[in-house]
Amino acid sequence: MAKLPTQREETLGGYIVHGVPFPISTDEEALQFLKKMAPIQIEQEYKITYLHSYGQDSPWFAALTNKRLLASRDPESGYTTANPRGHDMYSGAETKWIDITETPAHVHAFTVCYFGSEEFLPECPFVLALIEFEGVNTLLLTRLMGVDPAAPALDWIGMDVSPRFMRNSKLKPTDVYFVPKESSD
Amino acid sequence: MRPVYAISGGVSKFAKARPDKTFQAIIKEAYDYAIADIGLDFPTFTKIVDGSVASYFSDHFTRQLMAGIMAQDYLGLCPKPGHRVEGGGATGGLCFQEAWKSVASGHMDVCVAYGFETMSHVETWKGNEFIALASDVSFDYPVGGFYSGYYAMMVTRHMKEFGTTVEQMAHVSVKNHINAYHNPYSQKRDRYTIDDVRNAPMVAWPLTRLDICVMSDGAAATILVSEEGLKKLEVAGAQIPRPLVKVTGIGRGTDMMRMADRPHVDYETFMENYATEQEKSSDDTKKYYKKLWDHGTRYPGIHSFRAGRAAGNMAWKHAGIKDPLHELDFIELHDAYTSSEIQTYEDLGLCRYGEGGPFAESGKAFLPNIDYGLKLKDKPVCAVNPSGGLIACGHPVGATGLMQGVFAIWQLQGTIQKHFRDDQLQVKNAKRGAIHSHAGTGTYVSVSVLEREG
Repeated sequence: MAKLPTQREETLGGYIVHGVPFPISTDEEALQFLKKMAPIQIEQEYKITYLHSYGQDSPWFAALTNKRLLASRDPESGYTTANPRGHDMYSGAETKWIDITETPAHVHAFTVCYFGSEEFLPECPFVLALIEFEGVNTLLLTRLMGVDPAAPALDWIGMDVSPRFMRNSKLKPTDVYFVPKESSD
Repeated sequence: MRPVYAISGGVSKFAKARPDKTFQAIIKEAYDYAIADIGLDFPTFTKIVDGSVASYFSDHFTRQLMAGIMAQDYLGLCPKPGHRVEGGGATGGLCFQEAWKSVASGHMDVCVAYGFETMSHVETWKGNEFIALASDVSFDYPVGGFYSGYYAMMVTRHMKEFGTTVEQMAHVSVKNHINAYHNPYSQKRDRYTIDDVRNAPMVAWPLTRLDICVMSDGAAATILVSEEGLKKLEVAGAQIPRPLVKVTGIGRGTDMMRMADRPHVDYETFMENYATEQEKSSDDTKKYYKKLWDHGTRYPGIHSFRAGRAAGNMAWKHAGIKDPLHELDFIELHDAYTSSEIQTYEDLGLCRYGEGGPFAESGKAFLPNIDYGLKLKDKPVCAVNPSGGLIACGHPVGATGLMQGVFAIWQLQGTIQKHFRDDQLQVKNAKRGAIHSHAGTGTYVSVSVLEREG
């Protein structure tokens, strides 16, 4: 029988610690002194790649890559949501797709983010807006371009806007964004 | 349902970072305080307590799944029953109500609700990212996920529809910060002016850094009991102050994760399904709302929290409250943003929808005998966030709703001086108060009413 290893291999990398202060003897007084020790803090990295499925909402993203904006509509009541929704919240029925690319749209609310989450910090300042569409019952969260982030004004609410689509699709909701109507004409 | 009493509570010092202790040991600070405050020692209480509910929001902040059982373990509560509650920012409020359910249902006689969050383990911008993951990761987060941005959009709409001003929002910040100046548990103890708030760095227009709560490390715990539980504790030597504090109202509501999806209902639907009893019974208010709707207001849209209205209506009905502004002595309200405190005044029926801005600057939600450096039109009526709220105390998410519960218990026991070493924040002769806990963009909201007996 081969001799089994009894010692773990020492490796380089991560934290290599040799000299953390510690009492030479572990008598009661020395051990009590440890209660005054400063906390040890280490770095822990956590990184993961998810395989995220858009499921029944996938056609909405497919539409963006083809420069179309879809919405979901209850076939009976006509209740329409700008975000895709496989089933209507009132009837419980399966919705149908409609195309709202050319539907007149306006800014319902907005903000300018001068700070943000880590992922979006390089893009600050950016304008977030909720868009209302004529004949659509709910709003759409999007980025608003073509307005000055340094001069936000409540008058932006109600502004006529139009969708624009990214040429290089990322299959994300940011494949569409909105601009003031005159900018897109 | 059996009567439930909130007999004690404890709060750790809320701080930007607490690397000196693990989360379990921070919870134990609050837990030990709650036990000591009724004059029991740890082993005696452990023998009597039937179980627990744990409250914490994000597994990301701790990078630890099942942190609840680690706390249960550290507190010596194994193998008694326990479970974790999670509902975003409302986690603590939901936890309080789950403990109430455990006792009210007869499942437990003594239940401890404890909660924590240790948000300092990541940088602020990464914390913002974790919090933003509590928005739809397919449609909202990728657009620029940032909660302050979401709330800023709500308030631009509120401003546009109702004429709310940034100065009115700043009144909330000044009030809550100056209240917290007298609260030793608070993370921030600073006195600010309206100009300070408006001149602070802009985060998401029009919200400045002083319109927004801060991230924190902290914990809180409350002990809820039945009449039988009370007897058991007192037989064991507990000294529980009289009159007792009873939980008399429980309410909850929900709304859609994507605030863009929320409905915009007409006047008739609003009056039938969402108006408070007080609003329904007032011809003047019906006329006022009709006028708003004629000018384009729809409900809730993004300017209001339907979940907050549902939770408030349910809790007021349970507690027999018809006029919350005049029948409550104080409210600990989830003011993650100054704007959301204003929105919530309206949801809870302290004023009508659209009148939250003027209410904020009126003085009705301020404490008497505190110099805010402001000219206030009205006398205080119902103190909102006498503790300083989230904006000043901090918002260690899983602890926050329970912190509100602890401060409410102390207000109703009349023991603020004892716990704060300062009685400036004691609401005189406080008989009834409410705690309001709020998640996401208004997705889960809880309201609980606590009342001093006698």
